[in-house]
Amino acid sequence: MITATTHAAEHPAEHYPGGLMRWLTTTNHKDIGTMYLTFSLIMFFVGGLMILAVRAELFQPGLQLMKPEFFNQLIGVHALVMIFAALMPAATGFANWMLPLMIGAPDMALPRLNNWGFWLLPPAAILLTLPFTLALFGIGDGALATGWTFYAPLSVQGGMGVDFAILAVHILGISSIMGSINIIVTIFNMRAPGMTMMKLPLFAWGWLITAFLLIATLPVLAGAVTMLLTDRHFGTHFFDAAGGGDPILFQHLFWFFGHPEVYILLLPVWGLMPHVLSTFSRKPAYGYKAQVYSFIAIGLLSVVVWAHHFFTAGMPVPALIYFMFSTMAISLPLAVLFFCWIATMWKGAMTFETPMLFAVGFIVLFGIAGLTGLILADVAADAQYHHSYFVVAHFHYALFAGGIMGVMTGVYYWLPKWTGHMYSEKLGKLHFWLTVFSFNLTFIPQFFLGLAGMPRRIPDYALQFAEFNAISTLGAFVLGISQLLFAWNIWCCVRGGPKVESRVWEGAEGLEWELSSPPPHHSWEIQPVIK
Amino acid sequence: MEHVQPTPARHNRLIGKLLLMVAGAFVFAFALVPLYDVLCAATGFNGKTAGLGVGSGEIRDGFGVGGLQSAAAPAPKVDTGRTVRVEFTGTVMPGLPWDMRPLTISLDIHPGELQQVSYLVRNTSNRTIVGQAVPSVTPGQAAQHFEKIECFCFSQQTLGPGEAREMPLAFIVKPEVDRNISHITLSYAFFSIDGQRQTLTSSREAR
Ligand code: HEM
Ligand SMILES: [Cu+2]
Repeated sequence: MITATTHAAEHPAEHYPGGLMRWLTTTNHKDIGTMYLTFSLIMFFVGGLMILAVRAELFQPGLQLMKPEFFNQLIGVHALVMIFAALMPAATGFANWMLPLMIGAPDMALPRLNNWGFWLLPPAAILLTLPFTLALFGIGDGALATGWTFYAPLSVQGGMGVDFAILAVHILGISSIMGSINIIVTIFNMRAPGMTMMKLPLFAWGWLITAFLLIATLPVLAGAVTMLLTDRHFGTHFFDAAGGGDPILFQHLFWFFGHPEVYILLLPVWGLMPHVLSTFSRKPAYGYKAQVYSFIAIGLLSVVVWAHHFFTAGMPVPALIYFMFSTMAISLPLAVLFFCWIATMWKGAMTFETPMLFAVGFIVLFGIAGLTGLILADVAADAQYHHSYFVVAHFHYALFAGGIMGVMTGVYYWLPKWTGHMYSEKLGKLHFWLTVFSFNLTFIPQFFLGLAGMPRRIPDYALQFAEFNAISTLGAFVLGISQLLFAWNIWCCVRGGPKVESRVWEGAEGLEWELSSPPPHHSWEIQPVIK
Repeated sequence: MEHVQPTPARHNRLIGKLLLMVAGAFVFAFALVPLYDVLCAATGFNGKTAGLGVGSGEIRDGFGVGGLQSAAAPAPKVDTGRTVRVEFTGTVMPGLPWDMRPLTISLDIHPGELQQVSYLVRNTSNRTIVGQAVPSVTPGQAAQHFEKIECFCFSQQTLGPGEAREMPLAFIVKPEVDRNISHITLSYAFFSIDGQRQTLTSSREAR
């Protein structure tokens, strides 16, 4: 299929600045990808520590460890960190590392923009968490305490933590928009000769839809938080009922971004899955076209269903019915993807290396996310479950099992390609089983808590919820500690380990496996030609 | 320093289009503000009530309700065939040291009847304060058919130190209100409009 002259000659290292300057000024897609992934891993632990403090407080009823205000700050910043600083940068890191390798391009289309896109992230992360530190010195009253959704009027009245978060969201948004523009231009303009759109690897397709969703919806979030800022400081009344504004308007604006955001987080993972499944089933991905069209359908549907996040805010019945059915309609293309994943494995010569374990675990657990989502999409049921722990469990099946475990699939799958070394399969498998076990131990009880009526975002609860909360906290600590294995395995693999071939996995197909492991500094100086 | 090629023209064209999309989406967010108000007035979404005989473009209750509900409505006939229970509540928002309570808690009415009730509002502080009440009707479908003829929420209210006042409200529930609706709740939120915005912390300190 491919006639390529693999260009393996390493450039002499003297050409490039070493040490910190290398990372500050690099425009190389692999260096930038590495920085994104490293940043993401660090922030994953930062966000994790925050929520372990929360779970510790929830271990028993009553207030033991912290004030409710601080509790509220932790949950909101946890979510923002996990979404904007852990999951999104991980996906962007994948894109940087892999897109040029996969589509036969020498680098990303806009290397300098790429460097900027990354270096905006650390300042934004600092802004987000700085109010915690300032509060220690008696300045301000801590980080934003509104939850990640910034709902007005609470966010209009909140302390300066809200301003810091608004600024951080602006910077993170600009960074993501820059990344998206770069990815779209790379995919449209830099493909190897002969690689038509319908020969594009599915990972690239998933990211392409993500990038367009980001461009269409992030500016709306930017607009919404800008209005919030002017409401707070410049006397406007967008969300202030006393001045003729409307707090519900904020919910519309937020979720117009917020719902597509959940697909932004997952489409790159859905793109990655068929690659992993086909590699370890030794069979081409089933239903390439069906998957591409499903991505597009999900992308389009995702911008017209936002109000299912606030059914209970009061809506005319026709609107409720519309948002209920359109939300349920999304599960159709999603089901197509599930069938394609399963059909890819069907009658394949399957082996279960760590990436494959994570991929199969992803399918099972993410399936639970989709099914519980259908329950929440039912207006009558949602009246009961809205703002309960049921919702918390639902979106952690979506975002931890779907998002984070998807990212882990990708890391184990590509790490040998990036480093040229094999990670420890033994540790990887241990990490997988501990993660799956403790994840379920954490979140299955939360479904029961939600069904029994425990509201989310509270630091204290009624006695009848005590047992399930204790179990959930136990699970959370095992889950958190297990992730140290992941970091340790990566660290060891970067430092050394058994050497791997260019085609790391026996069944791997695609341009990225034609290049040496690790790939040369400039990926495809001579573009391959696809026949 | 690594050698970076200048951006080719074909990239620039695509970048230009993408930036236009970004700008379009940002403008769209702000366009949603007026769009939302129009939609709410037309559908009663979120309990925004209609004014009676309001000329187009007029502001009532702090909301633009003109155009969609324009021109004086003919005197509605009373539908004695059914009763609707109207309930009254009110809250005072943080930062406004006032008390408020409805003097009538609930009222059984026939759609089309003109009714009058009042709220007792008291300033518990020792200074003169200006407040604004913002109404909301639940369920939203009834809001369109809930017409306030006279309301203390039509203008700002000033209360002197310790002053208490009965504030009246006259309304009609129009006969067109959906047959399935047997309960309507009218709720007011009283806000302080004394320049300074009250943050959570400052209102906590004030207490
Ligand atoms: C068939 C698929 C899905 C359906 C029908 C669905 C439906 C819903 C509904 C109706 C809610 C609102 C519940 C409430 O607040 O009362 C919700 C919440 C949520 N969903 Fe899903 N969902 C689906 C898949 C996903 C996926 C794939 C993700 C993430 C990648 C996700 C992430 C979330 C999040 C983060 C929330 C809660 C947001 C918050 O309140 O902070 N969902 N989902
Ligand atoms: Cu949603």
